[in-house]
Formats: sequence, structure tokens, C-alpha cells
Amino acid sequence: MIKIENLVKRYGNNFALDDISFTVEKGEIVGFLGPNGAGKSTCMNILTGYLSSTSGVASVDGIDVLENPLKAKKLIGYLPEQPPLYLDMTVEEYLNFAYELKSCTLNRKKHLKEICEVVKITDVYKRVIKNLSKGYKQRVGIAQALVGNPQVIIFDEPTIGLDPKQIIEVRNLIRNLGKSHTVILSTHILPEVQAVCDRIVIINKGKIIANEKTENITRAIRDNRRFNIKIAGPQREVLAMLKSKQGIAYAEVLAEREEDAYTYLVESDPGIDIRKILFYTLAERGWPIMGLEAVGMNLEDIFIRLVDATANKKTSKRIIK
Amino acid sequence: MLAIYKREMHSYFVTPIGFVYLAIFWAVSACVCTLTTLHEFSIDTSMYFLIMLFVFIIVVPILTMKLFSEERKLKTEQMLMTAPVSITSMVVAKYLAAFTLFAGSLVISCVNFIPLYLYAKPQSAIVFGSVIGIMLVGSAFVAIGTFISSLTENQLAAAVSTTGILLFLLAISFVNRYIDTYFIRSIIDWISIFQRFQAFNYGIFDFTAILYYASISAIFIFLTIRVYERRRWGA
Repeated sequence: MIKIENLVKRYGNNFALDDISFTVEKGEIVGFLGPNGAGKSTCMNILTGYLSSTSGVASVDGIDVLENPLKAKKLIGYLPEQPPLYLDMTVEEYLNFAYELKSCTLNRKKHLKEICEVVKITDVYKRVIKNLSKGYKQRVGIAQALVGNPQVIIFDEPTIGLDPKQIIEVRNLIRNLGKSHTVILSTHILPEVQAVCDRIVIINKGKIIANEKTENITRAIRDNRRFNIKIAGPQREVLAMLKSKQGIAYAEVLAEREEDAYTYLVESDPGIDIRKILFYTLAERGWPIMGLEAVGMNLEDIFIRLVDATANKKTSKRIIK
Repeated sequence: MLAIYKREMHSYFVTPIGFVYLAIFWAVSACVCTLTTLHEFSIDTSMYFLIMLFVFIIVVPILTMKLFSEERKLKTEQMLMTAPVSITSMVVAKYLAAFTLFAGSLVISCVNFIPLYLYAKPQSAIVFGSVIGIMLVGSAFVAIGTFISSLTENQLAAAVSTTGILLFLLAISFVNRYIDTYFIRSIIDWISIFQRFQAFNYGIFDFTAILYYASISAIFIFLTIRVYERRRWGA
């Protein structure tokens, strides 16, 4: 549905996008993840025809955005980072404007009513946008992107500035949209993509550093290889024992939580369950376990490692798989 | 294109801008008309139109300053530029919206001449020829203002520079008579927006003037389109 090939965007000597390629299949929800300034917005702006690329091709449903912009733009609904709202209009006027701007042919009243129900703005339909709260403004922005029922919907940081309840609502909304549309959304909030997307494209400094199914990334999180273990016993000896034990890849002292009991972070070698080993060994030495808790590697960890490992492609693969 | 035109017209009248423009324009034009004709026991409207040219220098920027700069500041232009609408129709729609308000208010300001017709017999050819002439000058002014609005996101800067440039264009034609070199004079004559308006004031309907003002408008609309195309390339 969406195809991006060798996309480059250069500002002087500065590469905002450096040779990016990926595709999005029909009906997929793809999350675009990266720190601020990574090139997420630039990429979306090129895809929607707001900016031109220095070189490379972006196409939607086989239509090149640069060569045939009007036709390509008709297929896309776009919510930019800052919702493009005309503050002096009412929601009704604004959505009607969007309807006319996109030269929509659907039944106007019915279509706009449906959209308002989907994004839950029916109760502010007659109000002036200027006076709406941030959450409502954001939703009016989403509504604008949905006008004309485009096949592809692109959201640039859709949940930014919303309260937790609204964030959940918007995520549900996006998930529902994904059933009948192709959706790309960008964010720097990691659990968000995990909750909503089928696939995650991680981008940093204008380069793609990972393009994986969400399951593959979550599998890494579920891997029980890291534990916080609280052991009552002399800190130095316990640590030395942990470090020398076979099957343990890494150990460190975290903090003293109770008198004489320290919490240690232990990471096992792949494929080994060290819980039993730890239990027997510690019992033998007379150092009771006061607590044991699995520490999943979260997306933040993965992300930071990926970003650090950008230079070396192989490492990034290894961390995920 | 119609959608953008309608939205512009709508925004003139939900914000004070449209009303401020109309109030200033109509009040000043009525005053000037009274002072230059009735007050002087004269049916000669040439002074009225001459002064109105200077009034336009103040009021036209009110119409054009926000056309692009506001959209740029509020980032709403992103909606226009990612919609299935070409840059050309976006620019033309905005220009036409400003021009409609300008031309409409000018036509309505013709009520100023009613007293003249009640008490005397003005030469209609001169009066209405001048109205057409001044409308042409205004179309060029609006195009210049539109172009300048596309260059900045600060409305005030757009308005002030538009006023400055329009003032310059008028001023050079008055300075011109003090220049001795024929070559420079002929160039300035050509640039001078004022020069071609003179013919209308004498009651001469000059078709080359129509072409001239239409070209000036077209050039500045074209430049505005270029500004937007260039911005897409991220210069």
C-alpha cells in the first residue's frame, strides 16, 4: 500500500532522512518510533506531499506522491504533529471545510455525523474550536484526517498532550481504524506502539535501525532472563559467588533494602532457568532468599541498546531475536 | 479551491479584520469625497481618487497581511498542502478572496458620488473610468500584499512591509520629474504603478493599463506560488 524507497531528505549538509526504505501492507498498523528529531515527521511530511524529498520515491497504492500529488493526496488522511485547526471556526464549519477541501463525494451529513461519533466530538459540534480543550482539539484534528474516508491514515504523535484516559481512547480508536484502513503513526512513547501496532519501524538520526513485527520485539521483553533477587548475607561474598556461578552472565548489587539483605540484579545465560540453581546454592551456603522477582527487558532498554548499536547492524539484530 | 475561497471570506467576518477594513475604508473615503468635492463646490473627482490611492496603501495590507502568514504560524497550511488541492489554486483562491472584499467595498463606496449626481452633473466617464482604474491598481496592490504575506509568519511585519513597498512604488513616480536622465525616467515610469492610473483620471480608458495591472497581479501571484513550491523543497 505504501512504499518508500531510498528516501533522502537533505538540509544543506544535514541529512534529515538518510536512505530510508520500507513498505506498509494494506490493513497494517505501523508504528514509527524514534527520539525527537529522528526524522519521523520529515518522513510523514514527505509521504503526505507537504515536503519534497531530495531523492528517492514515496508512493501510495502505486501512485508516486511527487509525480501525481493530487491523486496520491486523495488517498491519505493526515494529522500533523500540531493539529491544523482554524481556531475561529466551529467544529461543524471546520469539518465541512475539510469535506469541501478534499472534494468529498460521500453523503455529507451522514459521513460527518459518523466521524463525529467515532471520535466522540458530537457534543462539541457547534462550538468554536478556539474554546475547546486540548483533548477535544486533538480529536477534531483526527476527525479532519478521517474526512473522505481515505485508505491510508497517517498520525504524527496522536496522543501527545492528552490525559491518560484520552490516550487509551485514542489508542482504541486507532486500533479500530486499523481494521479497515492502513495506519501509520509516529510516537516516542514505546508502550504506545506496543499496544497498538502490528509492526514497529524504529528510526534514529534519519536511518532505520529496526523494522520488526511487534511480537518479535515483545518476545524479547517476555524472555525471563533477568531477576531482582534479595539475599540476606554478606554483600561482597554473595556477589562474588553469583558472579562465579555457571549460567549467570551478569550480576550487580542494586541497593540495601533491609538490614543485611541486599538486592542483586542477575542475568542468566540464554536458555537457562537459574531460579532453581540459585535456590539450592544459596540454601547450601545458608543465605536465605528474601525475595525474587523477574525483570523483563522493556522496550526502553531495547530501544536504548538499538540506538547505541546503530553503527553495528549485527548487534541490533541479536538483541531483538 | 472554492472551499479555500469560502473559508477566507468567512474568516474576514468572524474576526474583526473584515470589519476594521470596511470601517476604515468607508469612513475615510466618505470624508475624503466630501472634502474634495462638496466642500470645494467641485465635481472634479481626480483629487478624491488620488487621495484614495494613498488610503489603499494603508488599508490593503489589512486585507492581505494574514492570508498566508497566519496559516504559516498556526501550521494550518499543512492541511491545505496535504489536501488534494494544487498550490496554484490555493494561492489564487486566497488572492481572489482578498480581491473580492476589496472590489466589493470599492463598489459600495460609490454611494459617495450620489450627492454629486443630486446637485450637479459629473462626467460619468471620468468618475466610473476612475473607479475601474483604481480597482485595477487595487488588484495589483492586493497581489503584492499576498506575496509579502507568504514571505513571513508575522502578520505585522507583512502589513508594514506591504505598506512600505506600496508607498515606495507611488513615491518614485512623484520623484521622477526631478530626474534628468531619460533612460532612468522611462524605466521608473514603467515600474510606477501611479503613472498609468493618471490616464483614467483624465477620462481616458487605456487598455494597455488593464494589461499592465493584470500582469503585475499575475507576476506576484506567480511569485507567491513559487515561494510555496520552494518551501516544499526545504530551502
